[in-house]
Amino acid sequence: MSAAPEGGRFIRLAETGRRRFFITLGDRRIEALEGDSLLTALLLAGSHLRQSEFADGPRAGFCLMGACQDCWVTLADGRRFRACTTLAEDGMALEPIP
Amino acid sequence: MSIAVIGAGPAGTRAVETLVAHGLRPIWIDEAPRSGGQIYRRPPANFCRSPETLYGFEAAKARRLHAAADAAARLADYRPSTLVWDIAEGSLQIAGPDGLGSVPFETMILATGATDRVIPLAGWTLPGVFTLGGAQVALKAQGVAVGRRCVFFGTGPLLYLVAYQYAKAGAHVAAVLDTAPASAKRRALPRLLAGGGALAKGFYYVAWLRARGIAIASGIEPLEILGASQVRGLRFRDLTGGECEIAADAVAFGFGLRSETQLADLAGCRFRFDPLNRQWLPETDEDGRALGLGKVYLAGDGAGIAGADAAELAGLRAALALLSDSGSAVPAARRQWIARRLARSRTFHRGLEQAFPFPDHLARRVADGTILCRCEAVTAGELRASVAGIGARDLNRAKAYSRVGMGRCQGRICGAAAAEILAAALDGEIASVGRLRGQPPVKPLPAGLL
Repeated sequence: MSAAPEGGRFIRLAETGRRRFFITLGDRRIEALEGDSLLTALLLAGSHLRQSEFADGPRAGFCLMGACQDCWVTLADGRRFRACTTLAEDGMALEPIP
Repeated sequence: MSIAVIGAGPAGTRAVETLVAHGLRPIWIDEAPRSGGQIYRRPPANFCRSPETLYGFEAAKARRLHAAADAAARLADYRPSTLVWDIAEGSLQIAGPDGLGSVPFETMILATGATDRVIPLAGWTLPGVFTLGGAQVALKAQGVAVGRRCVFFGTGPLLYLVAYQYAKAGAHVAAVLDTAPASAKRRALPRLLAGGGALAKGFYYVAWLRARGIAIASGIEPLEILGASQVRGLRFRDLTGGECEIAADAVAFGFGLRSETQLADLAGCRFRFDPLNRQWLPETDEDGRALGLGKVYLAGDGAGIAGADAAELAGLRAALALLSDSGSAVPAARRQWIARRLARSRTFHRGLEQAFPFPDHLARRVADGTILCRCEAVTAGELRASVAGIGARDLNRAKAYSRVGMGRCQGRICGAAAAEILAAALDGEIASVGRLRGQPPVKPLPAGLL
């Protein structure tokens, strides 16, 4: 992922004692905690979630409550999920984010 | 009698609680994995912060609502993590953990809640820009801050609440910038007094933020969110008219809330324009019955913004109306008690709209080059072009020409501003441009279901 501010966009403020596991983003391994949404895990590790299909730049979600549909991401097997309402799961493999 | 209740926030919870107390077993459908709605949203079960940490002054209310929801869920046919994506011919089309399904119903209570009302501005699609509600969800439900240095702007009670919650949780709040002038708040005081404790809490948040040296400004005008591939700050005009820039790696904004009405539309509800909310809303009688439709009831912010306390009462009221219509005896005194309390909350809500007015002048002059529809990157100028292009006089014609409102969010995010922009382009009232029609599926369905 490009231009991540000091590693990621989000910062953890609480709830750090949860079970730890990894998801992958292309060939990159990303740590997540049980209960993290995909959006949380990805924005703790990077700066954005996807590129707009309309060539206006990167996107990182907006409403975080399943309304705006700005945060859809693609798994390596081609399935697509809304990152803010999908929990990260141990071993989940995502397509690299351009 | 098969009853469906949609939504498990304050309104849906109190509705279901009332129905199960009368021996009924409604089908209770909610998109979230855990009940609570947005304001009393619960983090995943393995999180451990206390309700006091999560909900502050509202902790006792949150505990009561969650306990009521958990008890009601055991007696209802409760279906969490389930989306209602269409309503047609007496059936709900759902998508949930068991895939797609169809749920026939005879009677329905809609408690679909609200989302942030936003006004687009240059830079609002940059990574690092979120709604106020979104920023709050990140903290409350995930224990994260949306950035290292956050600026909050817009207007409404949520602006101060989210800033307070962020600062209290240890996040760096660089500024809280309110478009409402201080004079509006002073004028609204008499009505706000009807809110009692809510007003005192508002004063507390502001005093708390000021005591920690966090900059708060009223009467500002946001000009542009700065940054090339991500947020680096906000440019705004202060009360004196001077232009300022403030650095930030995260910006969250919102201008009050808008009712989520798409399912009410698909259910066939009649709509009327509500000047206070500046939105077309499903039309109900004083007990929440949808007018012109038998057997559909509405409750909570999805039927007009009134806040969580009023939503609990409206949920109870809708359930009592349903029971009364089905032949149960409902004491008149109980209905009158609810009506009195809801009348007081309406006064308070009018006060809030006066204290934190929606800056429609900003919406009406969104620059031509600014993205209005973030789903498909359609600009405000392209919407305006529909007036000359096909003589569009209403939102649905303008949508057909410009695609504004046709994207994946179906206008949930851009619709409020699109109405203002089109009305301004036509030199007309906002009511005259109508409303975007709901289309199934109201949200895209997750992978693996189709």
